[in-house]
Amino acid sequence: MTHWLIAPVVLPAMLAPFIVLAARFHIGIQRVFSIVGILTLIAISLGLVWETSDGTIMLYQLGAWAAPFGIVLVGDQLSTMMVLLTSVLALCVLVYAISSGWDDRGWHFHALFQFQLMGILGAFLTGDLFNLFVFFEVLLIASYGLMIHAGGTKRLRAGVQYVLFNLIGSTLFLFALGAIYAETGTLNMADLANRVTLISPEETVGIRVAAVLLLLVFAIKAALVPLHFWLPSSYAEAPAPVAALFAIMTKVGAYAIIRVYTIIFPPDLEVTSGLHDTWLLPAALISLSIGMVGVLAAKQFDRLVAFSIIGSMGMVLVSIALFTPQGIAAALYYIVHSTLAGAALFLIVDLVRCSRANLDLTPQPPIESATITAALFFVGAIAMAGLPPLSGFLGKLLVLDAAFDTALMTWIWAIVLGSSLISIVGFARAGSMLFWKAHGVEATDTTTKCEAPATMAYVAVGGLITLLAANTIFAGQVHGYTTRVADQLFAPEPYIATVVETPGKLSKPTTEDH
Amino acid sequence: MELLIASAIGVMTAAGIYLVLRLRTFPVILGISLLPYAVNVFLFTSGRITVGAPPVLRDNLDTYTDPLPQALVLTAIVISFGMTAVVVMIGLGAFLGSDDDHVDDQPTDKPEGSS
Repeated sequence: MTHWLIAPVVLPAMLAPFIVLAARFHIGIQRVFSIVGILTLIAISLGLVWETSDGTIMLYQLGAWAAPFGIVLVGDQLSTMMVLLTSVLALCVLVYAISSGWDDRGWHFHALFQFQLMGILGAFLTGDLFNLFVFFEVLLIASYGLMIHAGGTKRLRAGVQYVLFNLIGSTLFLFALGAIYAETGTLNMADLANRVTLISPEETVGIRVAAVLLLLVFAIKAALVPLHFWLPSSYAEAPAPVAALFAIMTKVGAYAIIRVYTIIFPPDLEVTSGLHDTWLLPAALISLSIGMVGVLAAKQFDRLVAFSIIGSMGMVLVSIALFTPQGIAAALYYIVHSTLAGAALFLIVDLVRCSRANLDLTPQPPIESATITAALFFVGAIAMAGLPPLSGFLGKLLVLDAAFDTALMTWIWAIVLGSSLISIVGFARAGSMLFWKAHGVEATDTTTKCEAPATMAYVAVGGLITLLAANTIFAGQVHGYTTRVADQLFAPEPYIATVVETPGKLSKPTTEDH
Repeated sequence: MELLIASAIGVMTAAGIYLVLRLRTFPVILGISLLPYAVNVFLFTSGRITVGAPPVLRDNLDTYTDPLPQALVLTAIVISFGMTAVVVMIGLGAFLGSDDDHVDDQPTDKPEGSS
């Protein structure tokens, strides 16, 4: 049994207390440890991706207890891909946070950042539903701290809403877990997959309630309409690097939906039939339209980007809700794209914020180094709106292609294409208001709120944009990989067999115990 | 016994949801701390209701109570306790800063300027 699989959880978990305890007063040391930690994390996740790329299922039994009795971490292609995406995103975000000085505007940024990573990576790797809940709480409690980093009344008010919404989500999660445990007597995902099929058709009330509750919880995380109300104000008020890191948090919800509803409640399971096509797909289509209409209607630049996140999550979930290997492959490709594009846009918001009085979409004097910021926004907006030549366009094509033979094909095509048009108008309006009309406004001698962004800040945003370009250039390879991931998800037998049949310590009492 | 526990869960959940819907920080936090009580009792019952039985396997015993829900409840209690403390602090900060304890955004005449 290799121990590398738990390294992405243990490394940030060790680093964070070290930063708090030993380097509390030295921002320089904190920065070094944070960066080195994330570089190590990227190396480890590259190793894990390499290890699982041939279809191997990596299993880590904590305390060597056999699967249904002990907690297991499972690394398959989907988990390791998400781990790699998270750590690469974290590097760009951290470089931006350091170079823009955000990490020095409050206490414990780096420690909370590491705890946040620990929660996200743990949620991707765990093979146990209750453990998924625990990692959700770890990432949430770190995100509460990050969300109100640097303080301010508006941020605290948005933070209260964010925390309360997520506390109710956690309570729902516990109700769902209780119902699942009452019905099946296990919380291990692979074990559940075996046991759910054994429930007789007359006694499915409990498990159906649990399946719906669980979908609601993950929909809250994924900001699916009508459970999206927490997102716009909390993402807009959060510090920019934190909002950029939060771009992966909505994807945790999408990941959990993919994981649970392919292995435990697969689409052909009679108990939960109708959940995907009757409920999830229309809700996803509505979030796509509401998100993109929000982009057009937003009065502030940061809200605009927050709504574009809702729209892109709608796109991801439309593709997931098809629940075909093709749909999941397209969704995973789009997840990579929208995480990078969303994070880049949030960082660009901060570049704009630096030298404007506020972020209202009204003509104001030109900002510092407007040319390069405008160019970055142009590329980011093209990516998010899904115009050629960037990967948003390819992602949308894949989603449309996956939806080609389905019953709701007309609806999906109409809404995807219509919402793209609306978002293009929205982004074009914002861009011309921020960068072009600015030249017609006399510069008053109001002092700028902070000095011009550092060069490294542009490097961080440029890094995200470069990754987007790479995602476009190597689209064939990336999509080939996500197709293999989706095929693995739809043939879960090796996953289940690896988890359930790998020997380990058992809780059977032996004579020596007495 | 079943009726008592089921109605306890129901009443606590109902009271919690009612308080959460009051949309003022103090009632909402009370509601948020009432809901975990309901969910904890619910988790207990998910291992079936057994009275006076040991959770640990021993010789010469044939009734047990399921130990796993107790472990789950313990985890849930710790987490909800910590979360409540966090929300109290953030809520207090927001109230002291804005002198307003509404949880939801209040309508303003003009669009709010951003920070």
